Amino acid sequence: MASTGVLHRRPGLRAGLLLAPPMLWLGVAYLGALAALFVTAFWGQNSFTGEVQRTWTLRNFHDLLTIGVYRTVTLRTIGIAALVTVVDAVIAFPVAFFMAKVASRRTQGILVVAVLMPLWASYLVKAYAWRGMLGTGGLVSWVARPFGLDTPGYGLTAVILTLAYLWLPFMILPIYAGLERLPGSLLEASADLGARNGTTLRRVVLPTVFPAIVAGSIFTFSLTLGDYIAVRIVGGANQMLGNVVYDNVGAANNLPFAAAMATVPVVVMLAYLAAVRRTGALDNL
Amino acid sequence: MKKSLTTAAALVLAFGAAACGTASGGSGSSGGGAGSFQPPDVPMKKSLGTMEGQVNILAWPGYAEDGSNDKSVDWVTPFEKKTGCQANVKYFGTSDEALTLMKTGEYDVVSASGDASLRLIASGDVAPVNTKLLKSYADIQPFLKNRAWNSVGGQMYGIPQGWGANLLMWRTDKVRPAPTGWGAVFQKSSPYAGKITAYDSPIYIADAALYLMNTQPKLGIKNPYALDQKQLDAAVALLKQQRPQVSEYWSDYLKEQQAFTSGDTLLGTTWQFIANLAEADKVPVKTMFPNSGSTGWSDTWMVSSKSKNSNCAYAWMDWIAGPSANAQSAEYFGEAPANAKACDLTSDKSFCTTYHAADKAYSDKIWYWTTPIKQCLDGRKDATCTDYGQWTQAWTEIKG
Repeated sequence: MASTGVLHRRPGLRAGLLLAPPMLWLGVAYLGALAALFVTAFWGQNSFTGEVQRTWTLRNFHDLLTIGVYRTVTLRTIGIAALVTVVDAVIAFPVAFFMAKVASRRTQGILVVAVLMPLWASYLVKAYAWRGMLGTGGLVSWVARPFGLDTPGYGLTAVILTLAYLWLPFMILPIYAGLERLPGSLLEASADLGARNGTTLRRVVLPTVFPAIVAGSIFTFSLTLGDYIAVRIVGGANQMLGNVVYDNVGAANNLPFAAAMATVPVVVMLAYLAAVRRTGALDNL
Repeated sequence: MKKSLTTAAALVLAFGAAACGTASGGSGSSGGGAGSFQPPDVPMKKSLGTMEGQVNILAWPGYAEDGSNDKSVDWVTPFEKKTGCQANVKYFGTSDEALTLMKTGEYDVVSASGDASLRLIASGDVAPVNTKLLKSYADIQPFLKNRAWNSVGGQMYGIPQGWGANLLMWRTDKVRPAPTGWGAVFQKSSPYAGKITAYDSPIYIADAALYLMNTQPKLGIKNPYALDQKQLDAAVALLKQQRPQVSEYWSDYLKEQQAFTSGDTLLGTTWQFIANLAEADKVPVKTMFPNSGSTGWSDTWMVSSKSKNSNCAYAWMDWIAGPSANAQSAEYFGEAPANAKACDLTSDKSFCTTYHAADKAYSDKIWYWTTPIKQCLDGRKDATCTDYGQWTQAWTEIKG
């Protein structure tokens, strides 16, 4: 009884107690781990036993910047992430528009569940399903054959297809939420003023949902940037940033270099967020 | 005191080995790793105690089958019944993965190939093994004892499991005529471009080096694990030329089996075990051991220096290297068993002849996985060799 009294009289203490656990988690577990990563990136490694040597060195970053293969892998990964984002945005927009503006209330609910449904299944199951579909004699080649085409096989195209499929819900939902907030009266006003559908789309709808598309793109872009499993399953002989990190932890057991490599997606993501911020999209989230 | 005892034991074993004439140094498997470093001082087990009730096993796929893959293939359950140690098995795909997992200290025993064993010894992750506590050790083929990849200075660090070669596998219905050697996967503009597979590990560089050793004598490669910078560059160039023709690199045996089944892969390096699985699924595949030799493995069960279940771990090593389990596991995996008595217990009576189990000369033709280190393993004193770190770096560059 007394304790509730104290908490009641001191709102500062109350807020402090309420915020302490999440702040502790954010500070220690989340930012702490990130800090440990950066520190590790400046250590060396005994190449024979794989033991980490705790002496300061810039060697990892030197290798990262001077050896061409890491630049290639970084550019390839950014390219894949950008393409996945574009593919998702192009597919997600009509779907979200239909859900938000055309479908009845009942259909809307069903569609939201349908979009969320793939998230109930395991990532691996979905990736392996794509491996089966894209393989020789798989579903894709069967569908494409009447048109004189064939499956793209395992490679970068397969990676983009698979990742675009995996992250699609993360693009649809923000755009859907953005379109929900767009009043139907705006569309009607635009039509009344003589704008065609295309003009309404370009000058009314797109500018309003742009922040939502950007929000979705942050998900698809960052998720792709860190992915290394899909490329192992459907990527053929290709590798992405995540694979280099994984191989340096798992194969070479070179934790310091893996840590240095892991800073690359962090830097890319920070640059992306900074660019997004300049467009003002983040203010409207 | 502890140290002097270990040293004494090591000396006794070293003399024993010398007396048996089993010192290392066959043509195909010489490794200078043994003398070139001082292992950390890890105490050896002196006597067996009561079983702890469980053992955590880290193994190559197919080495610890409990009937869950195939009901008739089970040598783990009898072990559990006999010793009361519950076996928790984890399979790994590459030696590097095994090394990383062993460093966690959560596993008691590991089936280590030569490219992991020395690194495990040097980092102190495994303990010397007291072979006097292992009844099965007496029956191990003499040419597998005290070798460069399972002992240091005459002290055994494990008990041998078996050995075999990396083979060339192809789809008989699609690849015609049948390939004759490793040239099939390394040649320029192969008719099977885009359908070739290779093993996804830096150690695969040795396969390219072995091919160069046989085809380009000018490079002067004497041991595919002892490459100076120029020789490594040549191997890397060969692998970069192979890279556009590779459909995918495999380290997960199921992935390779599936790729051969679907026809996404038609030709490439494999283990007999994978070929057996594919054949059981009626996939038309065949394997060969090219005349020019091949890389291969010689596996040793090692015990973790941090093991909390060391009695169960010793019981497992004794069991798996014992005639019955060794026969079953070697036959299932498709390799020569290390235990000489295992040959009487295989279901196929000609198995040991097929796999040359007692044939030291054949065994010497295989270049066993060994960790490349700075000191050249082929005994060159005037050259500096590339180490595994450089190989790993090169492997990333090859994949591009």
